[in-house]
Amino acid sequence: MTGTTAARTYRDYSQPLWRRLLISREAAVIGALALVIVVSMISVRAFAQPITITYLFLDIAPILLIALPMTLVIITGEIDLSVASIVGLSSVTVGVLHQNGMPIPAAALVALLVGLIAGAINGALITMVGLPSLAVTIGTLALYRGLAVGLLGTTAVTEFNKFWTDIAKSKIGDTAIPSVVILIVVLALVFGILLHFTTFGRGIFAIGLSPEAARFSGVNVERTKFILFMLSGVVSALAGIYYTLRFGSARGDNATGLELSVIAAVLLGGVSIFGGRGALPGVLAGVLLIGTLASALRLANVTSDVINVITGTLLIASVVGTSFLAWARNKRARPGGTRGNSPTATG
Amino acid sequence: MFNSSKRAGAFAALAVSFALVATGCAATGGDSGDDGNLSITFLPKNLGNAYFDTSDAGGEEAIAEFGGTYAEVGPATGSPDGQVSYINTLTQQGVGAIALSANDPSALCDAIGEARDAGVKVVTFDADTSPDCRDLFINQADSAGIAKVQVDLIAEQIGDAGQIAILSATANATNQNAWIELMKTELAANHPDIELVEVVYGDDDDQTSFDKTAALLQTYPELKGIVSPTTVGISAAARYLQDSSFKGKVQLTGLGTPNQMRDFVNDGTVTAFALWNPGDLGYLAAYGAKALIEGDITGAEGDEFDAGKLGSYTVGADGTVLLGDPYTFNKENIADFDF
Repeated sequence: MTGTTAARTYRDYSQPLWRRLLISREAAVIGALALVIVVSMISVRAFAQPITITYLFLDIAPILLIALPMTLVIITGEIDLSVASIVGLSSVTVGVLHQNGMPIPAAALVALLVGLIAGAINGALITMVGLPSLAVTIGTLALYRGLAVGLLGTTAVTEFNKFWTDIAKSKIGDTAIPSVVILIVVLALVFGILLHFTTFGRGIFAIGLSPEAARFSGVNVERTKFILFMLSGVVSALAGIYYTLRFGSARGDNATGLELSVIAAVLLGGVSIFGGRGALPGVLAGVLLIGTLASALRLANVTSDVINVITGTLLIASVVGTSFLAWARNKRARPGGTRGNSPTATG
Repeated sequence: MFNSSKRAGAFAALAVSFALVATGCAATGGDSGDDGNLSITFLPKNLGNAYFDTSDAGGEEAIAEFGGTYAEVGPATGSPDGQVSYINTLTQQGVGAIALSANDPSALCDAIGEARDAGVKVVTFDADTSPDCRDLFINQADSAGIAKVQVDLIAEQIGDAGQIAILSATANATNQNAWIELMKTELAANHPDIELVEVVYGDDDDQTSFDKTAALLQTYPELKGIVSPTTVGISAAARYLQDSSFKGKVQLTGLGTPNQMRDFVNDGTVTAFALWNPGDLGYLAAYGAKALIEGDITGAEGDEFDAGKLGSYTVGADGTVLLGDPYTFNKENIADFDF
């Protein structure tokens, strides 16, 4: 398996940069996104209007935000399933503090701190105790959600200052683009630079390809992972603050199940679940693709269960499709070769 | 390189076919908003819920009567954010009205506000939002009506005399406590020969309700009837009675759903019980939406509108319309209901 991966990596990097970008998985997702937009504009009534963009970004903003650190976490070969529960915990934190008279900015800061601590607990259990992230974050998924629901019960805090809830829904000037997109763009640039243009980012890829090799080449594997889980916690808390203000409602069950939407979009965007492979532009396109498709299908009166089926099939098709093509390519390159038997390693 | 671009190409082709399939099935259902104003879309708490299937079918019947366009959309799970996405979508489509059972009293208000700014009328039914958010709320039943129907049923079943007990939900359940107070008043005023011996609490838990029923029957050998104003309690009590020697001797009534109570009614354990008819609820919501769209009413107190087979209705305080007296289910009509 490692042999195949090395061979592929080698061949990919033999291409000039522009060529690699043009024919990459990321380009395919961006192409699919463009196609869905064009087809929807032609065939779905009421899709081709500015307000579609407004609602689309308001809806997918939490997914876009959390997908940024999630991409980095998955590239190291780990996973964070507790993100949606941290959203709920952050939402309840803002709600309870505000209910007791704390102004929104202060309550938001505390919520970010809660997110940081929640992420640090994940990180500590994974890097210091050495438990697998899948097990740890399934545990904290239940734990953080339990705390959130326990703090507020079945009630909701809904008395928020209109000034702040209006900001969460405001648009940039006279455009149809919500202001939250500015936040997303800034964070996407930060995470993009961190992942693709820094030593820290090269370390993330190295850990995903082989933690042993990364460690021997001087990457501090534990520290890197610990930082990533804290980032995941903070950004999830930020998404929770946005979620609370956007809906004007702090509830313990806010954003239940959101972690699956985030992970699905990240995988669709070309990040390998085995780690070591992926890029942020593809992930952003993946989130937009799922969001736009859902928006167009809803406008076309397709029911939610059918939308789930289509999104799920798209995800599986994209993973299977690339694996199959890689297998076919290997087969052609080495007729009768044995390496064609492990298509996933090259996916 | 040649192979890689082929891979990308094939992926794109796959995506194309998906998008085409997706939008293809979309196009068939996509013109519900085209018939002008009377396109009314039902947005239940979630899809695949027999209660809302029944209410929305009632709405569809009404809309067919007055020649509007019916549609039903909704999230797969009962979450407010899912409903917000659908309210936004319906605003974009420019439907005439949304008939909505709200998953959260306030989280939907901004989305509803945008819909109303765009000229969409919003009627809530079953579960309301804050009164200032929507145009009209169709209330399934008021406390006085719910209390009275249960007293009437038990009085009829035990011959208006003897000991009865109440099996409630939790001791601090707001709705149940309000109903029980009203039942006590009604009993004192109009049924002097009925004695309410005890109110017990099954905590809306099946096993606890079952055990409390057993205890009641042991404690009061003269007991003639049990009233359970909660769907969990009445079905647990019925299950106990069904296999006990008290079957047919001790009467049981209260609030239940036909699917839970069907066996007990058919084998005679329970003679009759009450709830509202969700089909009528959806039917009335559709006529309320029609009256708003056509400008017959604005949702102000005192507005009157016609609701087909249900007759004429008047809007009450806070833009609320009361469906009417609760509906009584018995052996004759229970087969007509599936929720």
